[in-house]
Amino acid sequence: MLKQTDTSAPPQAVSGAQAVLALQDITKTFPGVKALSDVSLGLFAGKVTALIGENGAGKSTVVKILTGIYQPDGGRILVDGRPVPFATPQVAADNGVTAIHQETVLFDELSVAENIFLGHAPRGKLGLIDRKAMTDKARGLLGGIGAEIDPDHKLKDLGIANKHLVAIARALSIDARVVIMDEPTAALSHKEIEELYDLVESLKARGKAILFISHKFDEIFRIADNYTVFRDGQLIGDGAIGEVNEADLVKMMVGRDVSQIFPTRARQIGETVLSVNGYAHPTEFDDIGFSLRQGEILGFYGLVGAGRSEFMQALFGITRRSAGTAEIDGKPVDIKSPADAVKNGIVYVPEDRGRQGAILDLPIFQNVTLPSLGRISGKGFLRLAEEFKLARDYTERLDLRAASLDTHVGNLSGGNQQKVVIAKWLATQPRVIILDEPTKGVDIGSKAAVHDFMAELAAQGLAVIMVSSEIPEVLGMSDRVIVMREGRIAAELAGDELQPETLVRHAAGI
Amino acid sequence: MLKRLITAREMLLVGAIALLLVLIASRFPGFVAPSNLANVFNDTSPLILLAIGQMIVILTKCIDLSVAANLALTGMVVSMVNVAAPDLPIVMILVIALGLGTLLGMFNGILVWKLQIPSIVVTLGTMTIFRGTIFLISDGKWVNSHEMSASFKAFPRTELLGLPVLSWVAIVTVILFTVVMTRTTLGRAFYAAGGNPHAATYAGINVGRTQFWAFTISGALAGLTGYLWVSRFAVAYVDIAGGFELDVVAACVIGGVSIMGGIGTVGGALLGALFLGIMKNALPVVDISPFWQLAISGGAIIVAVTLNAQANREKGRIILKRAEHAS
Repeated sequence: MLKQTDTSAPPQAVSGAQAVLALQDITKTFPGVKALSDVSLGLFAGKVTALIGENGAGKSTVVKILTGIYQPDGGRILVDGRPVPFATPQVAADNGVTAIHQETVLFDELSVAENIFLGHAPRGKLGLIDRKAMTDKARGLLGGIGAEIDPDHKLKDLGIANKHLVAIARALSIDARVVIMDEPTAALSHKEIEELYDLVESLKARGKAILFISHKFDEIFRIADNYTVFRDGQLIGDGAIGEVNEADLVKMMVGRDVSQIFPTRARQIGETVLSVNGYAHPTEFDDIGFSLRQGEILGFYGLVGAGRSEFMQALFGITRRSAGTAEIDGKPVDIKSPADAVKNGIVYVPEDRGRQGAILDLPIFQNVTLPSLGRISGKGFLRLAEEFKLARDYTERLDLRAASLDTHVGNLSGGNQQKVVIAKWLATQPRVIILDEPTKGVDIGSKAAVHDFMAELAAQGLAVIMVSSEIPEVLGMSDRVIVMREGRIAAELAGDELQPETLVRHAAGI
Repeated sequence: MLKRLITAREMLLVGAIALLLVLIASRFPGFVAPSNLANVFNDTSPLILLAIGQMIVILTKCIDLSVAANLALTGMVVSMVNVAAPDLPIVMILVIALGLGTLLGMFNGILVWKLQIPSIVVTLGTMTIFRGTIFLISDGKWVNSHEMSASFKAFPRTELLGLPVLSWVAIVTVILFTVVMTRTTLGRAFYAAGGNPHAATYAGINVGRTQFWAFTISGALAGLTGYLWVSRFAVAYVDIAGGFELDVVAACVIGGVSIMGGIGTVGGALLGALFLGIMKNALPVVDISPFWQLAISGGAIIVAVTLNAQANREKGRIILKRAEHAS
């Protein structure tokens, strides 16, 4: 533990100022596990504190305690140095704490103004909501943060960036003193992220204390003043951001040195497996064509909204293309449904593995064999012995540890659930595997494992398509890279052309 | 294998049914005589048939409120066919009942699959349409016992190995669908489509089509039950089995079928139906007023739902614990 301050005193900033909101020796236990043990955290007026930690380090538990959703088992919450128990979310809100979540928790069917003033709308005669005053005030707040949003629009009509702005306007409307931002840039484009940074600066200038949770080191170093690192529910270190570098933070996060080294692969590139010509969709993409060979990793890079995932979903048959042809091993195939794609040896591991991956209420073996049922059944009847064998073969290959293949997937740890999802796709014996953002949301220690695994798949002769928005990953893993911009292929790069600047230039169209 | 057929929840329900029987026996010993229990089972058979169909529909995150109306419409049609052509063999009557019920179920399924209308809206609509259709074809008149042919009325009562055909139909259906749900790709698809529709789609399962088949099965069973019902009670009219769809849903819920989809077994639906059936048959003989009977049935449903919710909450905690632990 690097923490050396006397634990009985509230955490102090480097300047010695009073924390607006502080956690002191907070412990939170869930049945059988300590989520947080003796952690302290101080948030200061006009400062941005970055909260850093791997998945499961206890960051979300801290956010839930700060917003009154969870009650700590031990320790105190201090507001301006006075202990205040946050017994309910309302108490937290009354003390000026507000949170902006990754996926904003606002109300799609209500108007922007109603969202901003929900719970504290201006009242007119008879205690009824004064809609005109509410709309005017909302317009003022939005104008104040440079957001050009009509307060009368329904929230569902806005993009994710504008929803964040509405959440910030809401924070300002309740005169929040503490703003918690939980991975606010995760779903934003490059330009929107820049605008968010400007906004954070203006919140700082207004004296708000900001807790900024992020996985991205570049943005932490860009906007944070202080940092706090958690690991396994414990406070590992905190201080001013200027005193540390990226390597220090990574070391604190994972408890060891992690080099961003990608696996070196003996590239054995074989015959062409998949070739795609002139794939088009009325609104999402046009004229996509490429070929893919055995043992090759083909990267798809682009800004968010460039149409990469949309194209992959069409290639996999989830959405219908309006034109274009695909060939597998030189034979034309017409993929109209995911079942067609799986039959032709194409599988798709989606970005949102939690929602789209495993079926938690089914046992392991039924999850693993789900896309392969055609192979292990005759006339619609399952051959249970074969089914079990298939499931056992692939779970053993991935070293999945569980009491029995009858265990429901919902009872497995997150890592084992991932293995079930991967075993499921490998069991279909695919030719082409599409991995959509394979390391998104994966903590830094596990990323290398995912990369190794991809290299292994390619070495076994699979053709891999990797959709990724992380430039180091794209450059480190791919043999070739296709850059998409606004639904079209902007460039196909290989060899010496694989430079970060080149990728960004093509992706942004400059 | 046995473990997969009978879950802990179902053991609990078996215990609850046993306790219920003991309580009833203490006030009215005759109730647990084998012959009376066979009667109760026979009486509950229509509920069992419909609950199995409903369970499959609920598994896929849908609900079929039109089952009782389907039953009534099919029952009226076969009764009128029988009146018009008394010599038509029973096999043909069964084919008509199953066929019409299947078509009505398919109609629900097509609307849910192709137009993507929420099933509660679709089946609320078709429920009314089916009842209205009975009125149109019958002019609101009853088909009475004396108009029906003797063989038409005799079929469900015919005894085979000591049990009436109606009971045998329920037993065969239970066995058939246990096999379908545990041993076929279609059965697996029902669980997958309701357990996680997104994951099922990516695994190559057409969720909409799977829901369509669920409604088709539910409709077929409702149609079959329609004939058995009118011949057993020897009467057909607009309002037969009015409100019975709620008993069917209640049997599923009591039997541990998750209303959120993806969880449920044929055994559970069977036990849920038996529990309700025993209550309905026993409460009058132990002299409990009809008003209390309704309240007690309702109470049983709420207890069952509470147990379900409790079980799910427990699960949520475990995931959280492991997720935190995995850090």
